[in-house]
Amino acid sequence: MEILVCVKRVPDTSENEIEVDSDGKDIERDDLVYSVNEWDNYAVEEAIQIKDKVGGSVTVVTVGDQESEEVLRREMAMGADNGILLEDDAFEGSDGKGVATILKAAVEKGKYDLILTGAQADDGAAQIGGMLAALLDLPYASLVNSIDVSDEKKLKVGREIEGGNQEMNEIEMPCVLSIQTGINEPRYVGIRGIRKVASVEIPTYGASDLGLGSDAVGEGAAKVKRLDYFVPELGEGAEMLEGSTEEKVAKLIELLKAKGGIK
Amino acid sequence: MKAILALIIVAAGVGTFAYILASRMAPLFRAAQGPRPDRIGERLFALYHFPHHRMPRPGYGDVGYPHITIILSLILLSIHVLMVIYAGFTGLEMPGMESTIGVAYAAVADIALTVLLAICVFLAIRRGHLKPARYEVPEKYGKDKSRPWALLLIGALGTIALLNMIFLGSAAAAASAAGEAHRFIPPLTGTWFAGIIMSGFSVSGAETVNTLFYFLLLISIFAYINLIPFDRMFHTITGPATVFLKKLDKGSVKPVQWGVEDEKVADLESFGVKKFEDFTWKHILDFYSCADCGRCSEHCPANAVGRPLSPRFISLKGRDYAFSHYPIRGPFIKNEPLIGDVYEEDEIWSCTTCGACEEECPVTIEYIDKIVDLRRGMVDDGMVPQSLQKPLNALGKRGNPWGKMEKKRAEWTKDLPEDVRIKDLSGGETAETLYFVDSITSYDDRMADLARATATTLSAAGADAGILGKNEKDSANEVRRFGEEMLFMDLRDHNTGMIQDSGAQSIVTSDPHALNALNKDYKDIPKAEHISQFVVRGLKDKNIAFEPLAESEKDKRYTFHDPCYLGRHSEIYDAPREVMDAIPGLKRVDMDRCRDRSFCCGGGGLMLFYEPEEEQRMGVLRVEMAKEAGANVIVTGCPFCLVNIEDAIKVAGLEGQMESIDLSELVARQIKKG
Amino acid sequence: MAQFFAYIVHKKGVADDSALELISAAKKIDSSASVTAIVTGSGADLDKVANEVAASYPEVWKIDNEALAYPNAEVVRKALLNNLPADCILLAPHDTLGMDLFPGLSIKLDSAFVSDVVDIEGVEGAAIKLIRQEFSGQVSTHVSCDMTNGSIITLRPGVFQADESKSAGGSVVDKDAGDVSAKRKYLEVVAAEVGDVDITKSDILVSVGRGIEDQDNLEIIHELAEAMGADVACSRPIVDAKWLEKSRQVGTSGLTVKPKVYLALGISGSFQHMGGVKGNPFIVAVNKNPKAPIFQVADVGIEEDILEFVPELTEAINEAK
Repeated sequence: MEILVCVKRVPDTSENEIEVDSDGKDIERDDLVYSVNEWDNYAVEEAIQIKDKVGGSVTVVTVGDQESEEVLRREMAMGADNGILLEDDAFEGSDGKGVATILKAAVEKGKYDLILTGAQADDGAAQIGGMLAALLDLPYASLVNSIDVSDEKKLKVGREIEGGNQEMNEIEMPCVLSIQTGINEPRYVGIRGIRKVASVEIPTYGASDLGLGSDAVGEGAAKVKRLDYFVPELGEGAEMLEGSTEEKVAKLIELLKAKGGIK
Repeated sequence: MKAILALIIVAAGVGTFAYILASRMAPLFRAAQGPRPDRIGERLFALYHFPHHRMPRPGYGDVGYPHITIILSLILLSIHVLMVIYAGFTGLEMPGMESTIGVAYAAVADIALTVLLAICVFLAIRRGHLKPARYEVPEKYGKDKSRPWALLLIGALGTIALLNMIFLGSAAAAASAAGEAHRFIPPLTGTWFAGIIMSGFSVSGAETVNTLFYFLLLISIFAYINLIPFDRMFHTITGPATVFLKKLDKGSVKPVQWGVEDEKVADLESFGVKKFEDFTWKHILDFYSCADCGRCSEHCPANAVGRPLSPRFISLKGRDYAFSHYPIRGPFIKNEPLIGDVYEEDEIWSCTTCGACEEECPVTIEYIDKIVDLRRGMVDDGMVPQSLQKPLNALGKRGNPWGKMEKKRAEWTKDLPEDVRIKDLSGGETAETLYFVDSITSYDDRMADLARATATTLSAAGADAGILGKNEKDSANEVRRFGEEMLFMDLRDHNTGMIQDSGAQSIVTSDPHALNALNKDYKDIPKAEHISQFVVRGLKDKNIAFEPLAESEKDKRYTFHDPCYLGRHSEIYDAPREVMDAIPGLKRVDMDRCRDRSFCCGGGGLMLFYEPEEEQRMGVLRVEMAKEAGANVIVTGCPFCLVNIEDAIKVAGLEGQMESIDLSELVARQIKKG
Repeated sequence: MAQFFAYIVHKKGVADDSALELISAAKKIDSSASVTAIVTGSGADLDKVANEVAASYPEVWKIDNEALAYPNAEVVRKALLNNLPADCILLAPHDTLGMDLFPGLSIKLDSAFVSDVVDIEGVEGAAIKLIRQEFSGQVSTHVSCDMTNGSIITLRPGVFQADESKSAGGSVVDKDAGDVSAKRKYLEVVAAEVGDVDITKSDILVSVGRGIEDQDNLEIIHELAEAMGADVACSRPIVDAKWLEKSRQVGTSGLTVKPKVYLALGISGSFQHMGGVKGNPFIVAVNKNPKAPIFQVADVGIEEDILEFVPELTEAINEAK
């Protein structure tokens, strides 16, 4: 099976404290470390596991800048066979549809049975997979937490829905799936693995290679634009209890009793 | 006739033995490169020192002393055995009976054989009937083959002694029946008893017994010799090599491959041990040398809390794999991956590298290097538990396992009192003494207290001290021991450069893991010492003095918990105790398991992130040991020990009854200022 | 102004809470907006929902088709495409169906798409000005959405006010689904395993998050719950680490609870978690980080380390008994 996984290089938010820069136009990026979007990493692991089961190859693709190559290499160190970088100044400022359009052009340069994306990334939009599927006229399923490759033409996929339930579907290939975290346990990629792929060729395609004009991608074509970053004024919020721990405990018990919180 | 029979037995015996040995040596030729013996003098000393010092370690005297006696007896009997074999070609006449020395030696042999038989009987009863707990084979390792083999080997040795004495005794009986003189046989020896029992025999009768029992003896000797390479007795042959080639520097780790320098390591095809032949030939010899004594597992803290690790079975499974894949008869069996088949992932990740196993082993088998090599193999193949991936990635990106920002590494200095002078060298200043703080002490809210306490002590002693601040990255002690060698090298090289630029002539640390890494894994930097050693020197040089203990503390009993990386791995046991004893009014007790028998707190570095399967926490067992010793304050010398012990006090429900404090905090609390 | 539509999510004949939130959101774009509800499904359940919703919307478009009995996004998308006019402004909740359905629909309708919107500021020229969050809610952004060709906007559930006025009293219009063939077939829903306790029925919940730090520390939470007569619940990371079963997870990907009292211990208060807490309970938050978002939604806040505070609270409660 030929699998394409769309990945994104994002700031690592776990210990990074994201702050708005002085202009308000962007976040402070000086001290940030970047890595592959967590959801995308699960998708790549799933792709590799599928390849191990039924054969084929895994290609990772990203829309980004030169630094995004590091993310492609990391996923290749993990086990992806090929990497493709889609890079061009003309892509800057693209909205979700713009990015999906760029990816569509890359998809059409190859022949893939399965296209995976992460369910969402740092901006929480959760839109690329669905848009890409619609542009390619392929069936789509999002928040996939299980994939069963039992049939050559169809996949049985589970989606994570409300209440911790799982919606089971049968989807025809070729198709697009967005992957939810927890679908598998991604393997570790160490420095050694990354060094091994340090000099592997990663082709780069720009707007002209993909036949994309400024009517389709970039700021000019974008219908959705981010205007700024800001931190909202905090509202009143909770009544903070004061005093020593003992005093807080006592006051809390009083309040709980009043609200029926202690049986 | 007899000579021909003897020749056949000897030839068959020796021939079979040579063939078996060749099969056993086969995997060694396919194995990875081993260490080149250096520092020969130290190694020869080790050969002499370790086996007999380790045998009767506390608690093991009941078998240790008998074992030493057996060794001595067998050494004494070595010439005797050769004489027995020689006798097969000289009409079954034992040589040397004309000379006084020969007769004297024969008498010594009689005594030695008797003692040997007696010890064998004792050991058989102990093994067969008393059944010490450490020999038990847990169900998951299959049927217990250890016990039948133990009884077989003890029985066989005892039988040889018995047959030998009957053979010798029958010669005496034949002589007395013929009215001839016979050499002196010491009374109450087995030979003597045999002679007495057969004293009524006729000459021909005694001679028949003599011939019969000679050949039984000769066959038994060679049968026993050929049994040696099949079970624990192999240690008599491979053990000396194992001890001679042991690691001389405790706490260090073998390189990824012997003979491959750091720069070339990245080019290696594969890292670590994935299949059996990836082990070095020395490690395979280790497997052969395992005497199946179970002491390693008895002291292993992971085993004690129910983790899926039992060091004894790391060796036995390795040995059995070698035996089954390189059989005496039949073709060699193709190698398969070890993980998932012979060893389980969790089995290998459960090890805290505390070194208790290596401290006990009488044949100095190395476990830590094997675990590290297996981990290197798993890391190379991406088989790392999810719980460890996050801290490893963070270490790669930020130089600490929590992924916190570099610029916050020295934030703990903000809360230092005015009079404490410690420089931040990341601005370009230099200092004579470098305080290597390491990650947990820098970033953890509670452990930062230790950093401040250590800085206070250094300053009070008048040291010209500085920290690397944001230029410091994790010492990578655990990174290396968890198998991520390349990341370790990156961090080590970074820190080495920073340390060299700092101008430091000496390094002090309050973190034994850092201490170990700096002294054993790093090169070209000044020697690092622990804060306890610094304080002991300060007490001697009169730079440091202590106020007496506060009234409220005077009734407490303090105990020192030896951290694995300060005690066993760095062999620093006395300095912390000297520091505590120098505090006027402090009452100190030692736990049963202290010093080199200390019980691991649960592990440090990356082990804090690993989620093991266990029945309880190591820290809880340790805190209960402190309680049993009558202590109510546990003093540790390591931030990881402190984390685990403070946690354990809560989990064990001993809050209010047990406290814990780091040595550096104790020192800073009691030190005379100004 | 273009025509407004609101997509109604429903289950077992009852409309989702979001149905009424969409009206307020529309009003924030255009205060005089007349919103048409559009709902898909099949049979009696669909009829019930359409009628329920008709009280609040001037018009309800009901698309009834057996293929829509279960909301298969691939089929719903086609049915909506068959009926929605180009240039319309479609509002819907940002839920798991929404994530499945609307990005693709926006491509087919060639309209702008913005998801997970938390506030609407109004219209500026040909664009709607919206507010979203990024980086797990650490920062907010203003987003401009060009509505020239229409737009689809999905809203974070529970953030916009529900318009309970029921002042519209509209009619229900039948619409045709069109071609309902799809390359994705719905099979079934596998229900989450029911644990020993059904927290959706609990009155008092003691809920624990990452602040507990270690599985062994959960002991103190169980003891507090026992002292209070409460049930234990938790946030997603606790379940991901396998320290508690999924049946204890509160949140948008877990269970929805409606207690009277909710203690959030060591929980940061992400919207995914709080999205599972309904019914306006008395919320008490204990967290050692004074900047934790939970303190914005809690009624009472205590800045303490739960590992220290909780055992003391338990002791005091037990003493008072």
